[in-house]
Order: sequence, then structure tokens, then C-alpha cells
Amino acid sequence: MPVLARNRYKGKLIVVEGIDGSGKSTQISLLSHWLRSQGYAVAFSEWNSSPLVQQTTRRGKRKEMFTPTTFSLLHATDFADRMESYILPLVKAGAIVCADRYAYTAFARDVARGVHRNWVRNLYSFALRPNLSFYFRVPLDVALGRILGGRDAIKYYEAGMDLGLSRDVEESFRLFQGRILDEYDAMAAEMGFHIIDATLSIEEQQKKMREIVMDQLGDSTTVLRTPLGDFNGHPRAAAVL
Amino acid sequence: MDTREPLQFYSVPLAGVDTSELQGKLIVIEGPDAVGRTTQIMQLRQWLEAEGHAVLDTGMARSALAGKGIKEAKGGNTLGPITMTLFYTTDFADRLENEIIPALRAGFVVLIDRYIFSIMARAIARGEDRRWIEEVAGFALVPHAVYYLHADVKDLLSRVVVGRGAFDYWESGMDLRFGPDMYESFVRYQTKLIRALDSMAKKYNFTIIDAGQPANTIFAELQELISTQILTPTRSSAARRARRATRGNGGS
Repeated sequence: MPVLARNRYKGKLIVVEGIDGSGKSTQISLLSHWLRSQGYAVAFSEWNSSPLVQQTTRRGKRKEMFTPTTFSLLHATDFADRMESYILPLVKAGAIVCADRYAYTAFARDVARGVHRNWVRNLYSFALRPNLSFYFRVPLDVALGRILGGRDAIKYYEAGMDLGLSRDVEESFRLFQGRILDEYDAMAAEMGFHIIDATLSIEEQQKKMREIVMDQLGDSTTVLRTPLGDFNGHPRAAAVL
Repeated sequence: MDTREPLQFYSVPLAGVDTSELQGKLIVIEGPDAVGRTTQIMQLRQWLEAEGHAVLDTGMARSALAGKGIKEAKGGNTLGPITMTLFYTTDFADRLENEIIPALRAGFVVLIDRYIFSIMARAIARGEDRRWIEEVAGFALVPHAVYYLHADVKDLLSRVVVGRGAFDYWESGMDLRFGPDMYESFVRYQTKLIRALDSMAKKYNFTIIDAGQPANTIFAELQELISTQILTPTRSSAARRARRATRGNGGS
């Protein structure tokens, strides 16, 4: 079954995946700033950020109303809105769109929640296939250490508390994220992930990422660049942002 | 034609639902906008309750999770077709899991004003892939009956003009951008919707009811159909239960 439609447009789509605490957000943020400084027109899209759907997601989480199916469907709705009104038109226009989490997050997480694998894949079949997908692979303990050190509390759905795996949040998180990790590992080859060892230093990971991106972009002339006239010595925010 | 038994999943089962526990009746009223579905549901509910049945009635965009969000999204002008399809599917899933299935477990008669077929028809009318949405909505339960109030666009027009006095943005499919004229857009969009619903009639075993008849005639026809086909156990369903009971005894 072909998963996701091939990108036939001028722009590029670069996505990062990995479990919570893998450091992927830091890396895609560094990458997008760098691409922008190179003069590319860069846009950024974050998981779960559609203005149309956000309120509903918030309500569902606050009141703990989700089942695995509605959790999956609402996140797909959020993704669809970003795809239809943001990512797709920008890629068509020739921008580089960087996405922090993509359909693969749903493939891993919803399946870890017990949703049928083929159903989730079909659900997202309208999505554009990324030009580059980076998977930040990290052992569970390292991820857990980063999260416990950095944030106040693990959230209910992040820990998979809705699954009743354990009454202890940390234990539940460990079990649930472990399942997600297995799902990511299982699809890595099929989806053509570029695997980055997320235990390396931030700088080393970023260096690898940039090498792969440059190799892929090459001397692509289709990708939009910031108008030179505006450049004036100071790198400006890319035109599309 | 779909040969599945009522209260089985169309394709992909929902996690955590044992369909053998479901014992109520699931009745769907389908049809295009302004065809008179809501009136029929109201009357059916009163009648069924008078007959001593516990009734749940539900319809699109009424879920606790997504109802409000859908209404807000439709108030803006940025709701894309796939987003709309999935938002409505989320709304449906929330009602199915939290209202419809619990009511069926408890033996209610569940009356549904538009089921997955309206969601599918709207998606198809907007050019989305039929197999995609059929599979997305495949966690729905097969109803005992789908009564399709069938009308042509001319009938709908008179109902909209006389009954409501104005065209609605979404009912006219203005998001499809056929043009600035709401009347012309309504005709084109509703024609597509009706065509999409018609195309599902055989596969999903719709019972077609002529919506051009007076409301009382339609109500009488629905009463008759529901009494004889759903509420009175037929020989075959009694036989099925007997077979199940035998299997149960054999296993214990």
C-alpha cells in the first residue's frame, strides 16, 4: 500500500519524529533558523497547532474525554487543517516547510494506543510525503531523564494514562513511550527515515542533519529564496513567515 | 449490497467494544438538507416512547467533544474539505462511543438524524476519495435500518424558500466556489449530494422513502416499517438468537 502522496511541487517538506524527550524540536528549530539564514523561504508547522481545532483538543484533554479513536481522529483533523490551508500551499509556492512531528507520530502513537494500524495509515493518506524525515532515536531512559529534569509534570495523555497501563504516571509514561519507540523502529526502514542518534551532542546531531539536508537540496533551483534586494546585510525573516 | 448483520462494524472494529453485548435498535434517518428529517425524528421519538421504548436521539455536530468546535469552524471561512470531513467524523466517533453504544448496551432504540452517509456524501461531493472516507468511517455500526428520505432538488428548493426563507452558506456548498450566486450553488451542490447518497443506497441497504409525500404519510410509512421490520422479532432473528444460545450452552 503506498503511504502518502509523493511531493511533485517546487518546495520541500522536512519533518522530524521521535518520542518525547528525544530533542527533535530543538533540532528542527536550529535547522529552520539556519535554512532561513541561508536565504531560503522557510515555514514551520507544529503538531497540534491548527487554530480551528486547538480549542476542541484543549477541551478533550482538560476533561479527559478522549478515546483512542477520537484522539486519533481529532489529531488527524488538526493535521488536515494545517495540510490544506498551510503546508500544501506553501510547498506548492516553493517554500521549505519544516514540521515538528508529522503523520508518523500518529502511525506510532495511535497504534500504541490500540488503534488499527491500517486504519490510521488510510486516515492520513491525504498527507504529502516528506522529502526528508529525520527520526531521533533515543533510549527510553535518556528521554525520561530529560523530561523529568526539564518540565514540571508529565501530562496525562503523554503518559498514556488513558490506557490504564499503570496508576503511576512515570511507570505509565515508560510503558507507553516504550510502545511508541517500538512502532517508530518498526516503520523506520519502510518510511525511509534518516536515523539520528539522539544521544550525541546537540551540535553533532545538527551537523549531520545539515549535511543530509544540503545533500538533498543540492543546487535545487525550485526552492524559493528570500528576495535579495531586501537582504541589506541583515538576514531578514523569510518572506512566508 | 452489504450483507453484514446489524450492530456489527462495517470494517475496522472499535477497540474495547464487544458487539455481542449490544441489544438495542439502531435506526438511521438519512436525506439531504431541508428534506424533513428532524420533524420525523421528533414524531418517531414521541411515538416510540409512548410505546414504552427508551429512546436516544442524536445527530450531526451534537457531540460533547467536537460539536462546539465544528460550529465555530463553520463560522469562519477557512474550513477545508478534508478538515471538515474529519471534524465531523470525530464528532460522530465521540457520539458513537459515548452515547450510542452505551444506549445500545442498555437496550435503547437509538434514532440518528444523519449517519456516516451524510459525512461521506459531503466528502464525495467535494471531490474526496470515496474509498478513503469509507474506510475512515468503517468503525461505524451497521444500523438495523437506514431510511433515506429521497427528494429531488426542486422539492428541496421549495422547502428552503417556504420553510426557511433564506439559503444557508454551507447548505448551498458555497465553500465549493461554484460562483457567487447562492441559488445556483445550492442547486449544483445539493444535486451532487443527492447523487452521492443515491450511489450508496444499494451497497448500504437504504430503504428509500419518497420525501415528496405529506409529512403525515411519511410518518405513517416509517411507523409501519419500524413496527414490522425492527420492533417485531422476525423468524430469522429469533432463530439467530436460538443458535447463539445453543452455542453459548455448548461452550460452558
